[in-house]
Amino acid sequence: MDAEEARAAARRIVNDPTLTFHQRRHYLAGLAEGLLDYPPLGDEAAEALNKQIICDLFEGPAPYRARYILPDYGRALARGSDHLELDPPGDLDEALNFLLIMYTQVPSITGYPVYLGDFDKILEPFVTGVDDETLRRKLRLFWIAVDRMLPDAFVHTDVGPGDSRITRAVFAVDRELKQVVPNITFKVDPELTPDDLIEDAVTTVFETAKPHFVNHPLMVRDLGEDYAAVSCYNSLPVGGGSHTLTRLNLKAVAELHQGGIETFLADTLAHYVELTAQVIEARIRYLVEEARFFEHDFLAREGLISLDRFSAMFGVFGLAEAVDVLMEAEGRPGRYGHDAEANEVSYRITRRVSDLVAARPLPYCEGNDGRAFLHSQSGIDTDIGVTAGTRVPIGDEPGMLEHIRAVAPHHDLFQAGVSDIFHVEDTARRNPRAMVDIIRGAFAEGMRDFTFNLATNGFIRITGYLVRKCDLENFDAEGARHGSTTFAAGAERNSHVTTRNVKRVVSRESSPRPAS
Amino acid sequence: MTGERGLINRGLTNGGLVNGGPVNRGLVNGGLVNSGLVNRVLDFSLVDGPGNRLVIFVQGCNFDCIACHNPYTIDVCDSCGGCVEPCPDEALSLTFDRGTPEVVVDRNVCTECDVCIEVCPINSTPLARRMEVSALLQRIGSVAPFISGITVSGGEATRQADFVVDLFSAVKSTPGLDRLTTMVDTNGSADRATWDRLAPVMDGAMVDLKALDPELHLRMTGQDNAPVLESIRHLAAIGKLYEVRLLMVPGHNDSAETVKRTAEWLLAVDPDMRVKLIGFRRHGVRPHHAHIAEAEPEHLAILERTLRAVGLSGVVVV
Ligand code: SF4
Ligand code: SF4
Repeated sequence: MDAEEARAAARRIVNDPTLTFHQRRHYLAGLAEGLLDYPPLGDEAAEALNKQIICDLFEGPAPYRARYILPDYGRALARGSDHLELDPPGDLDEALNFLLIMYTQVPSITGYPVYLGDFDKILEPFVTGVDDETLRRKLRLFWIAVDRMLPDAFVHTDVGPGDSRITRAVFAVDRELKQVVPNITFKVDPELTPDDLIEDAVTTVFETAKPHFVNHPLMVRDLGEDYAAVSCYNSLPVGGGSHTLTRLNLKAVAELHQGGIETFLADTLAHYVELTAQVIEARIRYLVEEARFFEHDFLAREGLISLDRFSAMFGVFGLAEAVDVLMEAEGRPGRYGHDAEANEVSYRITRRVSDLVAARPLPYCEGNDGRAFLHSQSGIDTDIGVTAGTRVPIGDEPGMLEHIRAVAPHHDLFQAGVSDIFHVEDTARRNPRAMVDIIRGAFAEGMRDFTFNLATNGFIRITGYLVRKCDLENFDAEGARHGSTTFAAGAERNSHVTTRNVKRVVSRESSPRPAS
Repeated sequence: MTGERGLINRGLTNGGLVNGGPVNRGLVNGGLVNSGLVNRVLDFSLVDGPGNRLVIFVQGCNFDCIACHNPYTIDVCDSCGGCVEPCPDEALSLTFDRGTPEVVVDRNVCTECDVCIEVCPINSTPLARRMEVSALLQRIGSVAPFISGITVSGGEATRQADFVVDLFSAVKSTPGLDRLTTMVDTNGSADRATWDRLAPVMDGAMVDLKALDPELHLRMTGQDNAPVLESIRHLAAIGKLYEVRLLMVPGHNDSAETVKRTAEWLLAVDPDMRVKLIGFRRHGVRPHHAHIAEAEPEHLAILERTLRAVGLSGVVVV
């Protein structure tokens, strides 16, 4: 981009009537960063990045904050913060006040915190003696503040897996307010989480398309007890996070491959996984060694995050198309999601990526033993003709049981999240216990995490984040208050996401660039 | 996933005659093994009892309800062969392998276009097939982690009571499946002896009550309702009545007065019983009944209040 183009782009952002002040400032910052040189890359990696075979999600060429940061809020509440000049809170009011202040100081790729804490755990020390009614009233005000102050659907909180009246209050308040923010993940442990609490979560989904459900034992196996699902369903260590999320377009790799499946796995795929790792490594080194984020940020200085709990996320997307391209190249008819052979090819691809990523050391990734976390990336609004992550294409999903069985084998490999979305017919509303059965079944089948969408509630899950349907309809005319809605409007235009057998979500993370 | 029963448009009308119940027992592997005549199996259903359930729709019913949403399950195919030629995909053929004519379907070819159902002179289907308990157990086993239980619907489940008893007994005695609940969706026409045979292995029955008034019941179903009322009383007494379903068909059984009398009768049986009020919908209904209006939600709300006012505590509206 030359100076003339940069000025024109800046002018468009400044004068875009559909963007709020904050959104304009955010995009202007991105524009400025975009004028800098990329960290040094080999020619092949640079070319793959240029051609969007590898995509850094427009994180910018000079990373100056980690993409996802999961502060240890429990520790902050227990110790207070020198930087924020806050003593440890002594009661619920002080705790909520402390958190609201702290949220404004937590960096992320979007400018908004992607993690608000595991609410049931961090608030537990402050609710003794607080009756249910009072708890709900205070939480309600807090919820409203969070939605209005942090208007981005990637702002995320976690609850579960144990029973807790805080969790129940969270669901009740969310059902009542029907806000986009915060997004919620509910950790489910089949042994520990009671059916009626899962049912409570299910009825919340019917109202607000939240929470997202994660298989707690599987997460603990891969990430340890202290993990959380944040942002667009990225599961990461608490007190750590991810430097970057760089993703490989499997569809593009399959398309440029000459030959059959075996050589694809052996050579082409391995080559591009390595190139992706080079991009990730360059970005990490810049963040840690040049921008020196971990040396100056107060979260690191006060021990609320530590570099040794960070890693990077290696994302993949476009698996569905990659499988179809390779099947076609071999003259086989099956399609991903519908055909056992095609599904088998898909498992071989993700297994191979997983093995390659696990064999590629990366600097400053002690949070995962010096390797990247694998993540099935759920898409951004500029993705056209390529399916999110490892999902079955929108509108092409088989029946739910077949769908679960087709995608479940991938879940084992993606420590940092998969986020499949299932459409559920409206009759589920009268039988939430049936959804409890299906959740338990899906976890028994090995699924890691997923979301339901009901055809008739007022939200739409786009690629992993929420948008209100009415916001989407009004967007072109008036712009949206939530950064994520901007993203969703683009996603809707580009890939008819609302025709998905119904799903939803939106955010700035998914819309990293202004519409041009 | 769908919770609806098959939606079928019928081209022909039913003379109202009802076939005898299908034969249940066949000789397999040298032993007497129970099998049932099954129209289809749905792995997931959200509308056939508590939780998510696998539903087995059996073929053959002794009622001929005007409001039937899957009338092709009423009569049993007599292998007349009339649908073989019309099948656009040549999925059907007439064989004499077992001595008598038999229409068989190649399921790899069938596109479920339902042409065969449209042309069948008795509104039946060649797609129903005899399924052994062991095959069904396998199917149930493969979805067991996802379901609360199984429901046998129809058709009329109790017309194949031997099969249902064997199936439920097998479920209850198979490790891993024994936690599943077993239910039937029934028109309530079975006699007490049949219920007593089912009771030890059946967790509950969902009984349709089309009308309390015998005359009206006859008009709506072609059958007397005395056995239905007796079934409801008996099932309630032995603790096996999961719910009574009242299908409100506009202009037939949905006046406030009719519903009030029904409610009073149900109240006397058990004031806490689960009563499900269902509004008539036209889908799947045979053309000569398709003029019937669909139930209005506002009217259902009034009827719901009527049921509650009488004192029933477990009213649900669908
Ligand atoms: S439903 Fe199947 S068997 Fe019947 S007519 Fe169509 S293709 Fe032929
Ligand atoms: S389905 Fe009907 S038309 Fe076809 S063979 Fe059976 S009875 Fe005859």
